[in-house]
Amino acid sequence: MSDVYIVGYDGTDASKRALDYARARARRSGANLHLLMVLEWSPYSFLTPQELEERHKRRSEEIARAEALIDPQVKALADEGLKASREVRYGHAAELFCEVAEAKKAAQIVIGRTGSTSLAQRILGGLAMSLVQAAPVPVTVVP
Amino acid sequence: MLKPLVWGGLGLPLMTTAALAQEGSIDQAISDAIAPIINPFVGFIFSPMPGSEALLGTGFPWIVLWLVVAASVFTLYFGFIQFRGVRHSIQLVRGDYLDPNDAGEVTPFQALATALSGTVGLGNIAGVGVAVYLGGPGATFWMILAGLLGMASKFTECILGVRYRNEYKDGTVSGGPMYYLSKGLAEDGKAALGKFLAVFFAICCIGGALGGGNMFQANQSYSQIASLIPFFEGKGWLFGLIMAAIVAVVIIGGIKSIAKVTEKIVPFMAVLYVGSALLIIILNIGALPEAISAIISGAFAPAAVAGGAVGALIQGFKRAAFSNEAGIGSASIAHSAVQTKHPVTEGYVALLEPFIDTVVICTMTSLVITITGAWVPDSGVTGIALTSKAFTSQFSFFGIVLALAAVLFAFSTMISWSYYGLKSWTYLFGEGAAKEMVFKIIFCIFVVIGSSMSLGPVIDFSDAMIFTMAIANVIGLYMLMPKVKALLSDYHAKLASGEIKKIK
Repeated sequence: MSDVYIVGYDGTDASKRALDYARARARRSGANLHLLMVLEWSPYSFLTPQELEERHKRRSEEIARAEALIDPQVKALADEGLKASREVRYGHAAELFCEVAEAKKAAQIVIGRTGSTSLAQRILGGLAMSLVQAAPVPVTVVP
Repeated sequence: MLKPLVWGGLGLPLMTTAALAQEGSIDQAISDAIAPIINPFVGFIFSPMPGSEALLGTGFPWIVLWLVVAASVFTLYFGFIQFRGVRHSIQLVRGDYLDPNDAGEVTPFQALATALSGTVGLGNIAGVGVAVYLGGPGATFWMILAGLLGMASKFTECILGVRYRNEYKDGTVSGGPMYYLSKGLAEDGKAALGKFLAVFFAICCIGGALGGGNMFQANQSYSQIASLIPFFEGKGWLFGLIMAAIVAVVIIGGIKSIAKVTEKIVPFMAVLYVGSALLIIILNIGALPEAISAIISGAFAPAAVAGGAVGALIQGFKRAAFSNEAGIGSASIAHSAVQTKHPVTEGYVALLEPFIDTVVICTMTSLVITITGAWVPDSGVTGIALTSKAFTSQFSFFGIVLALAAVLFAFSTMISWSYYGLKSWTYLFGEGAAKEMVFKIIFCIFVVIGSSMSLGPVIDFSDAMIFTMAIANVIGLYMLMPKVKALLSDYHAKLASGEIKKIK
């Protein structure tokens, strides 16, 4: 059974760089690429009554948008002869990357770096920082 | 003088200072013209039970008895579900039964939080002040009892709200008493009655949304601000315009960020409020046994309370009924949007609402008032002034916190009620962007009216509307409660068979 690389993909340039990096590695090693897109969501956030009512509709729309971004990439990978799959999830990004990595028995996680140096990012730490500290498998952060 | 009856009369001390000062001739003219038409209606809603004055020595508003009797009936009918089911309620809110595949849908916690932000409000701060002032510490005992009973009413109405909601193709949902009254009763071949009750409810809900859920809130928060910032004194219209603009940005502009900020601050304020109350109680822990005995003895044999024990009971019941809105039907509208595999889960979640609102937050207020000895019978210090006196006797800066809390609570209540009103509006007139816009504009205009004018009779009228909602709603609940019982046994059968199972 070949290795699985979890690739964080959200359509941004940073995530495209991560995908390119993982693609090049996978071509050599024959690993499976598993594209993961996380839609940030807290079950404890506060919503107005209007948002409560529309939530189900919005969720369907958000998932459709996410799939429209990710599916062409999966298809392109398959066309290149690589084994690729994808997953769209709601929740806390770092937690879900760790969870999926364990579930897929992944060899590594590859994510892009936004390159943001904003104060908030530095204090709170982006996804990269959280994963480096918490991930159960090696993490590659692509600049 | 109807005001003391309405919303526990918390408006009286504030309104007379702030509102009378600006009582212009136009306001007066409108009030004078409207009063003769609406006063009989308002008087009817808050009229005492026939014979109660002769029997008990004090008037017992029948609408309060209506709500308390309903709550007791549901408590017995569902076998004290509010005590048996509370463990399950907490598990549901904690997310123990949430399917991870449903992540991104509305969770029970969110539905509870949204519904709570609509009910936790000025009543918890100011209304309790009135109840303790008029009913003495003993009113607290009856308030807690009524709050506990009210949990069963919420349970019943929120299950029905989810069961009979409309789910549209685009994924949005509409629910609430208008839907369960019409659809639920139609199942039993009482379509005409159901439709009548639903329309009756919707009309009252629009009135209640514009009045108790809007003008009243705007008026009270203006009074608070004017007492704190002298600049605003006599400039109610300016405050109203600012408030209306913020409300418009949220409900018309769809700018969620302001609502988001409020919704984040409101729980924070609630925690701060309860935290301060707890701190005061701990600082005066020596006086706690005395306060508790004052509450219990005051419930049965109070001193210096008009009407004696019955007077205390009326004040307590009234405050609880007015504060947690159990039986009114409003919360059922907010709870209907939740994602659930079974309507009964929402009933269990909604159970907690009167508990948090009345049994926890209102009780904190009255404990602080009792423990600090702020209550002086016949002193004239009542409502928010009494609550403020009790808190500032420990922390002098608390007046500002209280004013801020009052404005934020008022704002979140207005946002919630604008939605309840809108749902009733679309039930009556149909859905559609233009029709919805009409209501939203009317709602914003009423914010300005509420804070700039002292249209006492109009406010009384729309307050009365909120409680009129309970007439249609409770009749419907009585008729539909066998259906709730059937749903409940279905749910427990599914729990037992493992069809609905715990995830965590």
